[in-house]
Amino acid sequence: MSWCLAARSIDHVVLERGEVANTWRTERWPSLTLLTPNWQSRLPGFGYEGDDPDGFRTLPETIAFLERYARHVSPPLKTHCPVTSVRRAADGYEVATPQGTWDCKAVVLATGGFNIAQVPKLSDAAPARIVQLNPVQYRNPESLPPGGVMVVGAAATGAQLADEIQRSGRPVTLAVGEHVRAIRTYRGKDMQWWMNAAGLNDERYDEVENLTRARSLPSFQLAGYRDRRNIDLNALTSLGVKLVGRLAGIQDGKAQFSGSLRNVCELADLKLNRLLNRIDEWAAENGVSDVVDPPHRPEPTRVEASPPLGLDFERAGIRTIVWATGFRPDYSWLEVPVLDRKGNIRHEGGVVTEAPGLYLLGLTFLRRRKSSLIDGVGDDARDLSAHLAAHLGEPRSGKHAGLA
Amino acid sequence: MAKGKVDKPVNNGVNVDALFGAQEALKNAPEAAKFKWRAQVEWIKGTHSRTTVEKFYGLGAEQKHKEKFKFDADHPEIFAAEDNAATPVEIVLAGLASCLTAGVAAVAQARKVQLRSVSATLEAGMDVRGILGMDEDIRNGFDGIKVTYNIDADASPEDIKAIVAQSQKRSAVYDIITNPTNVTVEVV
Repeated sequence: MSWCLAARSIDHVVLERGEVANTWRTERWPSLTLLTPNWQSRLPGFGYEGDDPDGFRTLPETIAFLERYARHVSPPLKTHCPVTSVRRAADGYEVATPQGTWDCKAVVLATGGFNIAQVPKLSDAAPARIVQLNPVQYRNPESLPPGGVMVVGAAATGAQLADEIQRSGRPVTLAVGEHVRAIRTYRGKDMQWWMNAAGLNDERYDEVENLTRARSLPSFQLAGYRDRRNIDLNALTSLGVKLVGRLAGIQDGKAQFSGSLRNVCELADLKLNRLLNRIDEWAAENGVSDVVDPPHRPEPTRVEASPPLGLDFERAGIRTIVWATGFRPDYSWLEVPVLDRKGNIRHEGGVVTEAPGLYLLGLTFLRRRKSSLIDGVGDDARDLSAHLAAHLGEPRSGKHAGLA
Repeated sequence: MAKGKVDKPVNNGVNVDALFGAQEALKNAPEAAKFKWRAQVEWIKGTHSRTTVEKFYGLGAEQKHKEKFKFDADHPEIFAAEDNAATPVEIVLAGLASCLTAGVAAVAQARKVQLRSVSATLEAGMDVRGILGMDEDIRNGFDGIKVTYNIDADASPEDIKAIVAQSQKRSAVYDIITNPTNVTVEVV
């Protein structure tokens, strides 16, 4: 966004609560990799120039990449400058920080949707001796107590952690609700290659059938590992992970699971096959079919005949629960009344229409399917900076835009 | 994405426009979405009882069925009962069957798929040593329910499967059966 604003000669400042790539530095587990291949991290004025375009960046590589980009853009950056409040002012917004207060005509909230690890209320009922961790607190399998681990949630985070914890020798029970199955490689190409080539990543928020659902969908069960392995439920079952239904309750030291496991797996299999059908249609229509491998359909998710509906933590030897139950944004500092009853900001493709001059960036399906990817922020920033410029009126008038 | 393959308008007898309208209306009035379902039971004799349903609460007001519906329940003769009506567990199956089937019709309508026939067979296993108190490790309830649908519709087998899966996802009775529910029974 700073690059786009600078290109329009809009005076602005970028406020960062810590260092560049702060979330990656401080709030994610060390083995996390980018889920998108290297070639796909295309940022305005910046692309991949290394010799491993199909690889996936590790966490230190991702931090280094974002640092390089920050040096390249060289934005007017204030680090260690956490925003403590954003409120309406006479002519825009007042942004307060410990380093001072900014009066801005416009504010872009680029803080993202993954600030706070959500843990369901029923976690309170877990036995006291169970160690409970969320993905922000989690570091690695070795730091967990020896013994069984229950991972709750089977989106990208839950599936990745189940994979690495099971591999460490700690038996994993994975509680699976609604999930989005994916495979890393299809017809010899990376899934993101297809999503990009077939235009699926560019699908716009005002074109998609059910936007609310598209924005709340769990993430793809994908990881960016060197061996390009899948982490879908079949892969996890093959490792020895035990699948159970959605965690529905905890009572008297026992977990209760929903009897819906078969249906959520069926839904995910059907959804994946619809995606693969779409990819195949696109490949056929665009003359790609002959240069890639023939189509195939992944084996349907294997679900045992009668998955357990309950489990006694003590008897099952489970010592740890990892809550991979999603993230939500933190708007505790936002004093502009634009939140819906679920705590999300009401917006139209990143434009907060109820609060002119307020913008969002980096949220799931903000303007496009790729909006939450590094690869997606560029197009969104170009669109929104144009809107922002129009809001400010004539360019080069010396007005401010702040980024929290 | 389910695609209707007929040009004539799809009609499964479900007014989905009204359902989508309700969705829109309730978005801004979540209180109106809070319903209370009620039933009243009278013991007749032995294991025979009669439950009636008539009034319920929803859309912010008391509501009423067009008539008072009656559901008799009893146990079969091999349980030394008179078999005046279905057993309560069969009525649970009836509830699940009706709920899923209504869902199939509604989802098909929303996806513009014309249904020609929909039937399903339900079977639930039970070890009655549970209800007879013979073994504490055996639960009273079903050890599983199997539902087998047979659907004739203008859609591919995959699309039909997707309709049935979506119907389960949105079914109240499926949720009631697959997830725990707190039950409070009082005597006044």
